[in-house]
Amino acid sequence: MQTPAPFEYERATSLQGAIASLQEHEDSRIVAGGHSLLPMMKLRLAQPSRLIDINDLTDLEYIREEGDEIAIGALTRHVDLLKSELLWERFPVFRDAELVIADPVVRNRGTIGGSLCQADAAEDLSAVCAALKATVVITGAEGTRTVKMDEFHLGPWMTAVGADEILTEVRFASKPGAGSAHEKVERRAGDWAIAAAAAALWLEDGGKIADAGIALSAVGMTTIDLTRAEALLRGETPSDALFEQAGQIASEDCSPHADGRGPVDYKRHLAGVLTKRALRTAAARALS
Amino acid sequence: MNISISINGETVTRDVEPRTLLVHFIRDTPGLTGTHWGCDTSNCGACIVQIDGKPVKSCTTLAAMTQGHEVSTVESLEKDGELDPIQQGFHEKHALHCGFCTPGMLMTTRALLDENPNPTEEEIRMAISGSICRCTGYKNIVAAVQWAAEHQEAKA
Repeated sequence: MQTPAPFEYERATSLQGAIASLQEHEDSRIVAGGHSLLPMMKLRLAQPSRLIDINDLTDLEYIREEGDEIAIGALTRHVDLLKSELLWERFPVFRDAELVIADPVVRNRGTIGGSLCQADAAEDLSAVCAALKATVVITGAEGTRTVKMDEFHLGPWMTAVGADEILTEVRFASKPGAGSAHEKVERRAGDWAIAAAAAALWLEDGGKIADAGIALSAVGMTTIDLTRAEALLRGETPSDALFEQAGQIASEDCSPHADGRGPVDYKRHLAGVLTKRALRTAAARALS
Repeated sequence: MNISISINGETVTRDVEPRTLLVHFIRDTPGLTGTHWGCDTSNCGACIVQIDGKPVKSCTTLAAMTQGHEVSTVESLEKDGELDPIQQGFHEKHALHCGFCTPGMLMTTRALLDENPNPTEEEIRMAISGSICRCTGYKNIVAAVQWAAEHQEAKA
């Protein structure tokens, strides 16, 4: 029987109350869906002294347009990301990813905030948000601060969120000419990725690539930003040959380790192929 | 801590450790052992119950988290001695063998039909992708859901 070690439990009734409790109790953790944290606690990989349940803070559950940005509340469930018409229309990369994150029952509980804070290198939404050059909003007692996705993950299971702070929102620009896609290979339905790639392209009126974002899951210690491939794409016209080159860079710039999901050369190969495919789909979607 | 949870419309109160998982609370306190305790890792789906009508894996949910919400288990399906169409479908189509995954399958597919009364085969397969059956394969389970969809429509 797997049971977490003992801990205290409280249900937060306000964001400020949750932050005050984090400050008051050392080693306390926020819990939302719990579908990453509770398994970690069962395995004693996490052993918080107190869980602060924020499921009642429904103000943090939203997907909305704010000016030229899209804002997603941290408590937004996977199922709502999957079903969002706004995201499907602007950033279908979310639906691509959500269709292969765990299974529909798990997606009823898990949240975007929890996924990002889990900071598992194999987690898919981290790569999606990285590819979209998202900004994470972190709230503490003194107010909010923002951190760019490429500075959010400090290492495996480590994020920029402080001990007495809460991730409250994810934001990214909704510029015209965007196309995005996510590609993943997994051993079986609902598993963590062997490798996965998220890509976003923003095309100019003339069809050239104004900006690109590419991030890989499961092939390094954290989500990998393919900055070298992004630089290669900027200013170029989309083509299979160009995306082939970007894929080549993905294979070179990832740092997978061998495990039950496959050897290193296979994962590098996948990183390249999936990057190319994601870019191809992203470009087609940007043009449609 | 003292918690009260509404399970199948009845309030159940007990003093529990905060770490008590919902699956154990359901099985131990009201003694509703229809909900099965399987892999303990949210992979197998044997422990699926509905919380406010949505299927959820109860091995990865704290009992304390469900206070103020409505938990429904497989025992809630049969009403006045009459099987729910989804149960009848599993019977008609021989959609179980050992029966271990069945409670989770029933609660998942009941929620599916509540949301989508005429699902395609693909939608059914997607819906049950969080449950593992090691006996029948999934063919008869899909057929059972289709049977229930047809027959509850005829009934309605």
